Amino acid sequence: MSELAPATTAGPLRATPWPVVLGRWLLQLAVIVGIYELLVAWMGGNRYLQVVLTQAGIYVILAVSLNLILGYTGQLSIGHAGFMAVGGYAAAILTKFFGVPFALALLAGAAAAGVAGLLVGVPSLRLRGDYLAIATLGFGEIISVLLSLIDEVPVGSRVIDIGGAQGLIGIPRHTTFAWTYVAAVLAIKVVWHFVHSTHGRACIAIREDEVAAEAMGIPATRYKVLSFTLSAMLAGVAGGLYAHQYLYLNPAVAGFMNSVFILVIVVIGGMGSTTGAVAAAIFFTYTNDALPNWMQALHLPASINPPAVRMVLFSLLLILVMLLRPRGLLGGVELTWAQLARAGRLLTGGGRRPGVAKGGAA
Amino acid sequence: MQTTSQPAQHGGRAGRPWGVVALLALLTAGYVAVYGVQQLINGLQLGAIYALIAVGYTMVYGVVKMINFAHGDVYMVGAYVAFGVTAAAAAGQITPGQALLLFGVGMVAAMAGCALLGALIERTAYRPLRNQPRLAALTTAIGVSLLLENLMQIIAGPNPRPFPGLIPLRQLDLAGIVINIRFGVAFLIALVMMAGLQYLVMRTRVGKAMRAVAFDLDAARLMGIDVNRVIAAVFMLGSALAAAAGVLVGVTYARIDPFMGIIPGLKAFVAAVLGGIGNIPGAMVGGLLMGMAEVGVASVRSELTGAVAFLILIVVLLFKPTGLLGERVYDKV
Repeated sequence: MSELAPATTAGPLRATPWPVVLGRWLLQLAVIVGIYELLVAWMGGNRYLQVVLTQAGIYVILAVSLNLILGYTGQLSIGHAGFMAVGGYAAAILTKFFGVPFALALLAGAAAAGVAGLLVGVPSLRLRGDYLAIATLGFGEIISVLLSLIDEVPVGSRVIDIGGAQGLIGIPRHTTFAWTYVAAVLAIKVVWHFVHSTHGRACIAIREDEVAAEAMGIPATRYKVLSFTLSAMLAGVAGGLYAHQYLYLNPAVAGFMNSVFILVIVVIGGMGSTTGAVAAAIFFTYTNDALPNWMQALHLPASINPPAVRMVLFSLLLILVMLLRPRGLLGGVELTWAQLARAGRLLTGGGRRPGVAKGGAA
Repeated sequence: MQTTSQPAQHGGRAGRPWGVVALLALLTAGYVAVYGVQQLINGLQLGAIYALIAVGYTMVYGVVKMINFAHGDVYMVGAYVAFGVTAAAAAGQITPGQALLLFGVGMVAAMAGCALLGALIERTAYRPLRNQPRLAALTTAIGVSLLLENLMQIIAGPNPRPFPGLIPLRQLDLAGIVINIRFGVAFLIALVMMAGLQYLVMRTRVGKAMRAVAFDLDAARLMGIDVNRVIAAVFMLGSALAAAAGVLVGVTYARIDPFMGIIPGLKAFVAAVLGGIGNIPGAMVGGLLMGMAEVGVASVRSELTGAVAFLILIVVLLFKPTGLLGERVYDKV
């Protein structure tokens, strides 16, 4: 899938025959449906598990999308929750006040978040350097402030109340595990195919060396904005799912803490590793939910409250992972079957070097 | 602010930027015409605090080319150190003279403590990553920022604390313009510190080394400058000034909390960008302008102050990314 086109071979590249392509697609579909059926069977009627898994799915979308701009394009965005809030509010307003079908509302949320992404991205990504970080940080705070200021918005002849600082309540329940699962799979596929396309290679080139990439004729600004906008749109979808899962949105969704949570997931999971981001999103959503219970079991004094401890742990993890593995735990490595098999061989085969093992097999 | 005989801050701008000076004079005159002298004074007082924080951002950016996200939290720690040193003593009956003495002690303790903290952060979290991609150092900086905030929340509690009023609270009426002594003193202290910084950077050996490292780190090393020590000195100096800003804010607004550093830190960074990142006088000017803009907007609609900084940032990035006094920087390949 990710083989470079051999530029030196004579003759045209031969396309993969269509039955093979079709077979691969069917196999992939079977695996996706199979995992879904397994998860549903595991959940059974357990409401708690359903909520956690749905939440995990939402954070998978957020992590995979942030990974696109952070891990593959190498631009630090620390306002991802801002785009999530924009998408969430847009979708929720559409379903609550205008009775728009859920799928359409999700797409509209993605579009709104994409426009916001363009507005933030175009000025700050034109420049080289770290301006995106500060612009996105400011953007998250601004969205949060604006949402808490706006109460009633006149739309045509009617006035809709989005709740201001109290938050938007009474959002219809639409999000199910199935919706989240499908959206997460689509998000993963979009990002996967994007980063393995010409455009994705351009983004990776920009991450590695922007000056060299531009010298190779890659329009750096255009690709950075493209990747950032796509990332914001996916975050908007996640926001829409989030809104229709919790039936309540408040401006704090756009806040810094939520953005940092997503950032921690991507950094720990490994920048530039989609599978790593997925694994880390599931792991951290679970840990995040379970931490208060674990702490209750430890009988700590009241001043040591779960949110503070959570952030201390996250920040220490961020610092340590950066110091020890600056590209993240799984930086640039995908968890593929081949990788897993190699790891298995390493464990069982008495520590043979992977290169040797591979050479021997071939 | 710059002397013509010396090379400019980081770069080679010769002479004084008269165009910018004229623009600033025009801006100030317009501001007074719209909002009056009273608001100008209020704005400058707030702006001096932003300026003190902004110089730390800009100095660090100048030498290591990274945004030190933890800078706003160093400011917060400064306020808490002064609070810890003075709160118990100020709780009893004390004379104004004793209060001022206590203020001095708190200020020195905060500045010294935060200078050490700054050096510690640089040594443990940033120096090992200096040759890594910039993304790694930025992410670590966010981690350090969160760590400071939440450790402080665990140590001192999440609720705001009342900072002791160590400078007498008295109004001075100058021909209809009211100046609060407490705010006035804070403003003067900020100005003196910035003048001191300017002297230190332009007239001392350490300052010369800082300018050399900012100009070209590798060349400075070849000239026999101990680059690591200079960078540590920059972090210490910037952190001490941020701590001073924290103490001044504590005294004037009488309220500190573990998350007080986030928003002022963000605004101060925007002020540094507005002035031209890497340029110390630029950061001072940017800070003052930021304070003026915020007070001006607050007099119309107070909830919108948070949006001012962001708006300024977007406008600067769109129209003059190098800032008022900054220079175009070219990448060396």
